[in-house]
Amino acid sequence: MLRLPAFEFQPARSVDEAVTLLGEHGDDALPVAGGTDLYANMKLGLFAPRVVVGLRSITALRSIRFDPQHGLRIGALCSLDAIVREPAVAEHYPALAQAAAMVGTPEIRNMGTIGGNLCLETRCNYFNQSAEWRKAMGYCLKRDGNLCRVALHSDTCKAINASDTAPVMHAYDARLSLVGPRGERTVNIREFYQNDGAHANVKRADEILTEIALPLPARGTRSSYRKLRLRKAFDFPLLGVAVAVATDAGGSCTQARIVLNAVGSAPLEVEAAGAILLGTHLGEEIAADAAEEVFKAGKPLENANASLLYRKRMLRVIAQRALEDVIAPLR
Amino acid sequence: MGKNGAAPSQAHVVGASLPRIDGYAKVTGAAIFADDIALPRMLFGKLLRSPHAHARILSIDYERALRHPGVVAVAVGGDLPARYGILPSAQDETVFAIDKVRYVGEPVAGIVAEDELAAQQAAALIEVRYETLPSVMSIDEALLEVDGSGEKIHPESRKANNVHKEVHLTFGDLDAGFAAAERIFDDEYFFEGNTHAALEEHSAIASFGADGKLTLWSSTQTPHYLHRVAASVLDLPASRIRIIAPPVGGGFGGKTEPVAHELAAAHFSRKTGRPVKFTLSREEVFYTHRGRHPVRIHLQTGIRSDGSIAACRLQTWLDGGGYGSYGVATTYYTGALLPVTYKMGAYAFDGCRVYTNKPPCGPKRGHGTTQPRYAFESQLDEIANALGLDAGAYRAAIAIDPYSRTINHLRVTSCGMREALSAVAERTDYSEKHGKLAPGRGIGLAASAYLCGAGLPIYWNPMPHSGAIVKVDRGGGVTVFCGTSDCGQGSQNMLAVIVAETLGIDILDVSVCAGDTDLTPVDLGSYSSRVTFMAGNAARSAALDVRERIAAAAGAELGIAPERCAFENGRVFDRKNPDRALSFVDAARATEARFGTLAGVGSYTPPADLHGDFKGSGVGPSPAYSYSACVAEVEVDFETGEVRVERIVLAHDCGRALNPRIVEGQIEGSAYMGMGEALMEESAFRNDLHRIPNLLDYKTPTILDTPRIDAIVIETKELEGPYGAKEAGEGPLNPVIPAIANAVADAIGRRIYATPITPERVLQALDGTAGPLRLRAPIAMKTT
Repeated sequence: MLRLPAFEFQPARSVDEAVTLLGEHGDDALPVAGGTDLYANMKLGLFAPRVVVGLRSITALRSIRFDPQHGLRIGALCSLDAIVREPAVAEHYPALAQAAAMVGTPEIRNMGTIGGNLCLETRCNYFNQSAEWRKAMGYCLKRDGNLCRVALHSDTCKAINASDTAPVMHAYDARLSLVGPRGERTVNIREFYQNDGAHANVKRADEILTEIALPLPARGTRSSYRKLRLRKAFDFPLLGVAVAVATDAGGSCTQARIVLNAVGSAPLEVEAAGAILLGTHLGEEIAADAAEEVFKAGKPLENANASLLYRKRMLRVIAQRALEDVIAPLR
Repeated sequence: MGKNGAAPSQAHVVGASLPRIDGYAKVTGAAIFADDIALPRMLFGKLLRSPHAHARILSIDYERALRHPGVVAVAVGGDLPARYGILPSAQDETVFAIDKVRYVGEPVAGIVAEDELAAQQAAALIEVRYETLPSVMSIDEALLEVDGSGEKIHPESRKANNVHKEVHLTFGDLDAGFAAAERIFDDEYFFEGNTHAALEEHSAIASFGADGKLTLWSSTQTPHYLHRVAASVLDLPASRIRIIAPPVGGGFGGKTEPVAHELAAAHFSRKTGRPVKFTLSREEVFYTHRGRHPVRIHLQTGIRSDGSIAACRLQTWLDGGGYGSYGVATTYYTGALLPVTYKMGAYAFDGCRVYTNKPPCGPKRGHGTTQPRYAFESQLDEIANALGLDAGAYRAAIAIDPYSRTINHLRVTSCGMREALSAVAERTDYSEKHGKLAPGRGIGLAASAYLCGAGLPIYWNPMPHSGAIVKVDRGGGVTVFCGTSDCGQGSQNMLAVIVAETLGIDILDVSVCAGDTDLTPVDLGSYSSRVTFMAGNAARSAALDVRERIAAAAGAELGIAPERCAFENGRVFDRKNPDRALSFVDAARATEARFGTLAGVGSYTPPADLHGDFKGSGVGPSPAYSYSACVAEVEVDFETGEVRVERIVLAHDCGRALNPRIVEGQIEGSAYMGMGEALMEESAFRNDLHRIPNLLDYKTPTILDTPRIDAIVIETKELEGPYGAKEAGEGPLNPVIPAIANAVADAIGRRIYATPITPERVLQALDGTAGPLRLRAPIAMKTT
């Protein structure tokens, strides 16, 4: 069977210790939380850190706190399962509970953390393969090669952001706290991801993601996450659509965010779709117009387990359904 | 219930849903599978596999690999040059490729080291220079003549193209049959290849003892065939080799032939004097494969005005991959069992297997019969619709009769197909629903038949197919020795059931020693659904041998004729006066005192009159056939194309159910596996490589995708079977796939002529962009 390459495991008991360890070992080190992503990738020879800095013992990062004034603060080491079970999440951020519940399998949700899911390595049919397979196929831009096998003329890697929770966090306007040797900085999630599969986020090698803060949604906010996949568990999204809309007392839309995942290396907010909804009384027809914008904006490539054409076509369908989820309660 | 889940003893074991004797160990993790075995000083092996689909090997340099810390030995093709193959007619593989490679993933060299990681890392240091050759990745390409720019995959073949095997058989007057037909239905189908996906990756451990004898533990379904091939490839007398098959963590046909890592383990153990283990990674299992052949099917069926089948012509093209494997048998099987379900006026079958540069295909549950069954039952659905007939009633009307012969001369005995058809139709209100459900909802029905063991062995020999020894201890414990390999289907339990029933004792007083060539008589293996039938008969015969002697001794003790001795509830008693009795233990002691050591032997050889007398008649005959019928209900999402299976009702005629719970388990497993093949499983390739050789991307259904399954056991009395039993391991799979295909056709009003029925294919069908399949190349096969 496949074996993990040898590495030194250094557990950190505090954020400071983790940052120090990562700083000490530089590019030779990688942080690990639940390990459901990193260890599988290490077995495939995709990463070979000399030192793995364990974050699981940093108990301070395992809390979820809800404050009716300021919203939700989630420690990055909260398991996905803990998020699914948190009443404040279900009540105020239901799409997050939906998305977290759709990740992997119960085992993966028990081990996997929210921080890990947000920092999930981008995925691609040409990348998530063994060393032998990649050698036989020819290496790619993301690892060991200089050619993107999905888009041969592309200068950047086209691997997919397949995090179920990322588009939802984006729709909720999350702010992420990153702690490094120079202290803590906070970035909005829209600045966190970048559309380059080989450098998918701005977290530096010596930083760790410590906390996710979600502002209190505006009164009357409804949200939903829809995931297209080939089976009901143990499957990354072929396409994900997160929707959050707010309406005023008169039923007029005051805020609308529609965010896609699995169609690029970063979550993609389709602002044109949100703009269509603003100021309207949300209804099926306007939802169809917004879904049309989603269809135009999403540009899947041939690098997942369904064809490009199918995923393109599903943009409209899945967006329409996500929008109907938030419109239906109005009627 | 006791700690190990045993129910209190009862008069009869046969027919009781007792917990499996090996169940507790398996669910608690106590069972020892091959990879659990660890021996002192054991080395770990790794195979270096080809990165090219078709290439000549120019040179192999392993000096650097040998110098890698921990590495003990390396071997390449020339070290083990003997050719082997499961069929005598296809001795076309070597342990490590010699001169050329024929698929990505073919073993090229082996390496053993002190630990698995060192072996893995050192394998990457072996430098192989290749000269690549044009690859052949489809049936169409393989049928083309190979010109000067290419090379045949097997250059020694006499054919000008990459055809491996052609089969042409005709029964009855085909022309007259079609002439008598009122309508001829003519369709083409494609059944995609898929793989076994057993939970356990293959593992083998070899150890040469100080006595110069080799012991090889392997997760194999066929220890006897491994024994033969190991002797030949290692050039060792079979008498110096002991093969042990520990419990196998799922086989489904994927562990039925000797493959490289088993023989490599033995070679390295001999070379190093240390035990050697090879456990494959999941990706390597995809390359080792021997799974379901992709098959293109052309089916023409002529129907008389009353709906009966006047003539049927089946043509199949099988994509075999790089080597022969069981392929010749698979090719015959695509044609042989089609007539076992329905009466036909005439039947012709043309089969053609081609070599391609992919991992070799072989047997998967349903071996070669699954693909044409899908096509035939799909077409019968169209026929019933066209004639305005109820699909279930129509099938029952044309069904083969019990105790008859098929058009291809196969002997049919018990047949519960009509009962199975009505059971599934009634349970689901099929007739009220079909064609009448709301758009997007559909119901489909299909039937099938399967072997209870191949009538002939893989290599010709006049010996029994299965043998058993039953030994009785002075404490009353009974051990049954039999060469079977339990791949999870419950064959160990079955042996215990039959022996306990025959001797009238508690099943927990029976121990089973199986799959050990030093200790157990030969059984040909866990393939072709043969074990319950053949090993069961052998075990029953061995137990009867013992019982006769006990009856003689106990009769003398009780002062009655041996024939009056009855065996029940751990007692041997006078049938006419049950109070006159001995305990089984006392009876056994009396027997040993009178006749000496108490053991019996038994064996089973299928009858000789099962088939016709023509070339190719050896594939298809079986001492009995199982029958099944299935109804599936689906809901199709018109926007996404997703198919949700809501319910599967599957009835199976297994003869007498020795343990109904295990039969139900086999039926449920078949429903699940069939659903995966129908909807999602796909051996997909890209640039000569398996596109997704892992179980995250290669989709099989999860429990959340699995619907309610109604398993219905149909019991017939099979005179030839042990206590009337037939088979349940493979047969129930076959009707599931066409039942789902027919349900989808009912739901969307259009037929999809290929598997798997993916969301994309559903949308194409709804769009009207996917019409019936048409062969791109004209049919190149001879038609005589």
